[in-house]
Amino acid sequence: MTTTAATATVVAVEARTTRRSRPAGENQGGWLFATPFLVLYVLFLIGPVVIGLVISLFNTATVKSGLGNWVGTANYAAVLKSSDFWQSMWHSVLFTLLTTPPLVLLPLLFAIFAARISRSRWFFRLAFFAPYVVPSSVVCLIFAFMYTPQTGLISKLFSGVGLSAPNFLGSTSGAWLAVTLLTLWWTFGFNFILYTAAIQDIPEETYEAAAIDGASPWQQIRSITIPMLRSTSSLVLILQILASLKVFDQIYILLSGGPNESTRPVIEYIYDTGFTSYRGGYASAATMVYFVILIVVSAGWALIRRGRNQAATTVNA
Amino acid sequence: MTRAVSRRQFLAIGGGLGLTGALSACASPVLNSITGGQPNTADVIYWNLFGGGDGINMAKMVSSFEQASHLSVESTLLSWGNPYYTKLALAASSGRPPDVAISHLSRLPLLAEAGLLEPVENAGIAAVGINKDKFTPAAWKKATVNGTVYAVPLDTHPFVMFYNVDLAKKAGLLNASGDNLKPMQGRGDFINALKAMKEAGGQYGAISANTADPATTWRWFMTVYSGLAGPIVSDQGAKVTIDGAALEETFAFMQSLTGPLGLMPGNAADDTVTTLFGGGKVGFLFDGEWQIPTYRGVKLPDGKPFNFNVVPFPAILGTKQVAYADSHSLVIPKSSIRSAQRTVHAVAFIKGLLDRSSIWAGGGHIPAWLPVQTSKAFLDLKPQSNYIQAAFKAVYDPPGWYTGAGSDFQNAMGGVITEVLAGGISPRSGVSAMTASLKTFSTAIAPVR
Repeated sequence: MTTTAATATVVAVEARTTRRSRPAGENQGGWLFATPFLVLYVLFLIGPVVIGLVISLFNTATVKSGLGNWVGTANYAAVLKSSDFWQSMWHSVLFTLLTTPPLVLLPLLFAIFAARISRSRWFFRLAFFAPYVVPSSVVCLIFAFMYTPQTGLISKLFSGVGLSAPNFLGSTSGAWLAVTLLTLWWTFGFNFILYTAAIQDIPEETYEAAAIDGASPWQQIRSITIPMLRSTSSLVLILQILASLKVFDQIYILLSGGPNESTRPVIEYIYDTGFTSYRGGYASAATMVYFVILIVVSAGWALIRRGRNQAATTVNA
Repeated sequence: MTRAVSRRQFLAIGGGLGLTGALSACASPVLNSITGGQPNTADVIYWNLFGGGDGINMAKMVSSFEQASHLSVESTLLSWGNPYYTKLALAASSGRPPDVAISHLSRLPLLAEAGLLEPVENAGIAAVGINKDKFTPAAWKKATVNGTVYAVPLDTHPFVMFYNVDLAKKAGLLNASGDNLKPMQGRGDFINALKAMKEAGGQYGAISANTADPATTWRWFMTVYSGLAGPIVSDQGAKVTIDGAALEETFAFMQSLTGPLGLMPGNAADDTVTTLFGGGKVGFLFDGEWQIPTYRGVKLPDGKPFNFNVVPFPAILGTKQVAYADSHSLVIPKSSIRSAQRTVHAVAFIKGLLDRSSIWAGGGHIPAWLPVQTSKAFLDLKPQSNYIQAAFKAVYDPPGWYTGAGSDFQNAMGGVITEVLAGGISPRSGVSAMTASLKTFSTAIAPVR
């Protein structure tokens, strides 16, 4: 659930389009202010990536000091051939396919509705955002209680209306449903707040003018709000794809990748091989493969966006 | 005019005070965590993975030790299986391990070869009278890795045969005194016993969890296969040493019970097993002795108490009687900062648990500590004392860096066996499926050598 790295990439991309030349002194001051962040960034992000790249070429044991034997690209070859790796990669992709559409569309819908409520708007904003600040372990424990067969709240609701509840924790389809619902409730607020902020940026006069021209609320939403949210929507979309591809905690805590590893995401595969089987070198190689996949997704998105922006600029000119 | 304290000054003073407070007390947890020490919140820090009935028994043993020795023990329960071993290994490799921890003997080779454990003989176990002669030999042997003893075995927990006493009586399988089965030897006797149980009114002759329970499936397989051949991998897991003929015979035998003979269900989940055996509908149950508490005090559908007994497996294929088993053991993780005094406490604690292993036996386990195993109190304990021999004939998981309790290896092997039992593949394809599945483990570059 770390969206920070992804946000940083996206912000960098956005920044490029608005770069302007500034006085030299301001530039130095900027670097100075950024130093604490840069130190941490190098120490905890760039550093580990470089170390990971190095040990992916060795047979490093996680629990022993030293690099171990040089194995060259053997780890990479093994990862690319491993059906377990690709299976877990597919689970991460499947999770992304399951969670991205609802997490992009529903927050948009609710943000628009919440913005049109005139009284106690703060309450709805708070209510939607609040779950986002709950730690993953707590969310998973609460949902595990509710999903428990026979005695859990959700299972009881099903039997209350005469239906049999899906086997949330014991069957593969039930487990995907369980973890998707949990994620939807939990991370809904982040996208909701992005949309809400963007909606507030739309000038009030636009609506006023539209209202004077006799546009109904529905026409205002369709012809003003949604088109003006387009750039935010595409930002939310890519952030969501990256966040979903990075799924780990919910599935690990709620299901430990089960039943029978049928929901194990790729990060848990890396964790299992790296920390449970001590295969640090191999796990680093798997991380690098996964890293490249994420880069390709992000770069693909950036290219599409740039192409679109250029098209837009040409039209405007 | 008083000068107002600026925000910067205020923060400096506050931060300074905070730091002094945190660092002043010499043994404060904050300082300890910065310097990499382990906060010594008790005389012995102890990690284990026991929930349920075993957890209750372990807590009894720990508190009894605390009272007798006046040492404090902080015992931490972690999730069973991979999460436990992951945390133990990472704690040890980062230099902050507990003083004493539980390990399955089947999980010992990897921990020992990664250099995470203190050889127990260096820790001074001999000084308190712990030595080789006082343990079940099979367990002590498994606690030894490359000639060095790394663990003190606490118990042996074999895979055993439960039987329904009433059905066995009807089937004519009981001995003269009625307290045990008539001796059995070999495939013929075994199949006849299962047939007799089925004819005596059982829905099946025997049952064993083989759906969504790869570990139990693996144990049942190992019980049969180990009677014919040695470990399926060797050289620390790098070499596949499957005996193809023995494996095919094993699969054919297991499949005949679930298939043509219809003596065992081909797909039974854990719930099915408990319901059918606990409901008096099946003659035999093949399961670990730790299931004894599950069936204690169970009532049959007609209200009568459920009467069962537990015995070791006879020789089935081949002539050698074997018992697939594992052991819980006590290890001292390596730590560069543990004081000599704490090591003495750790050893005293291990001895204390061994001396109290009669409590541990309540969970069905056979104490590995012979002074308790040969005591009258344990010999009078039924059904535990029926299967003491199983501890001496114990066959463990083959040693390798990927094998052991709760491992991916057991899951993968169990998966293949489940398919064979359900009749999905023939014994011959089972052999190639298992060989192929083993290859992914044996060809992986081992993290330790």
